[in-house]
Amino acid sequence: MNMIENETSFDLRKSTLRELNQTLHNLGSKPAARCWRVQNPDGAHAIAAGVKAPITIDVEGHVGYYCAGMNQLATVIVHGNAGVGVAENMMSGIVHVKGDASQAAGATAHGGTLIVNGNASARCGISMKGVDILVKGSIGHMSAFMGQAGSLVVLGNAGEALGDSIYEARLFVRGSVASLGADCIEKTMRDKDKAYLAEKLKAAGVAGEVDVAEFKRYGSARRLYNFHIDNAGAY
Amino acid sequence: MCGIVGLYLKDKSLEPELGSMLSSMLCVMTDRGPDSAGFAIYGQGNPDQVKLSLRTASDFDVSDLESELADVSGGRPSVMKRATHTLLTIPAGKEAAVRNAIAARFPEIAVVGSGTRMEIFKEVGLPADVASRFDLSRMTGTHGIGHTRMATESAVTTDGAHPFSTGRDQCLVHNGSLSNHAGVRRMLTHAGLTFTTDNDSEVAAGYLSWRMQKGASLGEALRESLDDLDGFYTFVVGTESGFGVLRDPIACKPAVMAETDRYVAFGSEYRALVNLPGVANAKVWEPEPSTPYFWESAA
Repeated sequence: MNMIENETSFDLRKSTLRELNQTLHNLGSKPAARCWRVQNPDGAHAIAAGVKAPITIDVEGHVGYYCAGMNQLATVIVHGNAGVGVAENMMSGIVHVKGDASQAAGATAHGGTLIVNGNASARCGISMKGVDILVKGSIGHMSAFMGQAGSLVVLGNAGEALGDSIYEARLFVRGSVASLGADCIEKTMRDKDKAYLAEKLKAAGVAGEVDVAEFKRYGSARRLYNFHIDNAGAY
Repeated sequence: MCGIVGLYLKDKSLEPELGSMLSSMLCVMTDRGPDSAGFAIYGQGNPDQVKLSLRTASDFDVSDLESELADVSGGRPSVMKRATHTLLTIPAGKEAAVRNAIAARFPEIAVVGSGTRMEIFKEVGLPADVASRFDLSRMTGTHGIGHTRMATESAVTTDGAHPFSTGRDQCLVHNGSLSNHAGVRRMLTHAGLTFTTDNDSEVAAGYLSWRMQKGASLGEALRESLDDLDGFYTFVVGTESGFGVLRDPIACKPAVMAETDRYVAFGSEYRALVNLPGVANAKVWEPEPSTPYFWESAA
């Protein structure tokens, strides 16, 4: 660990992942160093998982599974690609992947913002519970599966079975959708939806880059909320 | 779980380093598969000859093979022993006769693969131990694939270790589990293929070999397997001149690829690729589900 002027850097070829994460976990709510740098992540799993402090962590390279999982308060920037489950179960804060994200990005996340500059693979936002996800590229199949709350904004295309068994998550896709999952339907883009989308684009730092009129809105038809005997054959 | 890796070189100057690069990739994948490990290397070859990869006892005296097989292999065959495996080089036209003679005269020996250029080595044990036992880091060649196994569908035995080879210069490593392998095995057995294990991955290898026997290219065979193989799979496949990758439509099993001007590399996780030269600036991506990827050099 090297500390210079409120910036602390960890080289994961010199320190262990455990040392990094334990140091981050030990930070109080008012840490002395607000800027953290992780060098040579080399695809390691669980980098900066479980952080609960208002700091910024720059990860300089590709990361493995579950990076920034359970994040609260922190801003985690991955300067590379992220493996499976980036920002899974995030509670608050920001996770920004500059490259692509693998499967299950933002899975079950309750809050915060996840931004992916590239593509996200299958099951992006699966069981999302309040997170705002913005993907500048495209997303894979079964995204927002059982999404309960929050928003998923996609500037590119969506793969098959988008929003299958969705509850109240709000989905906006600018490009094509390969197919919609069970109980997911296209919905009218009302003025208040455009305003909501504009707010999400602004929060993710892409205000003005895309026109909200280019998006279509998808959400729940609310036919699968409760078990209905006529649906028994579908299980 | 299982870890799989593959490396296909575009830059000939890297060929002396194929083994050391693949060894590094394989060892990083130990966490995903500590039971067994194996690899196939496509090295030097003479089109008039075929190399049989044999699994023997470690104290097996290979001079027995030279003398006992001379009558069926057109003179004394060339043998090279590496720990529990032996490479037997014979005239290409003698393969069937030699295989029959091995089965009759050395029933304890298993033929794990054959090819003009392909050599296969696999064993139970930690990947690092398996790699060093066969001296993988000093092997050279144009491409190779490897596997670290965490057994789910059949026992932890050398027979169950990957790669599986079911055709000359063809082999496959698999992460996943097939659900219709029994039915496909029956269909392929009727079509004349033989299988040596109960392993589901051997069926996938057999399926691809069967399609390629029928004239399909590697890419076509991979595409057809999407219709006929059911279950979870990420496959990495080697042929004499090519290298292919396929993930099932659900794509549960992980996959990362990296490509530079010098090579194409596959790993179950990015960690496996970290020590490759220039990987920090490589194009790194996750292969799409249901999409065959393949690279073939001009023959």
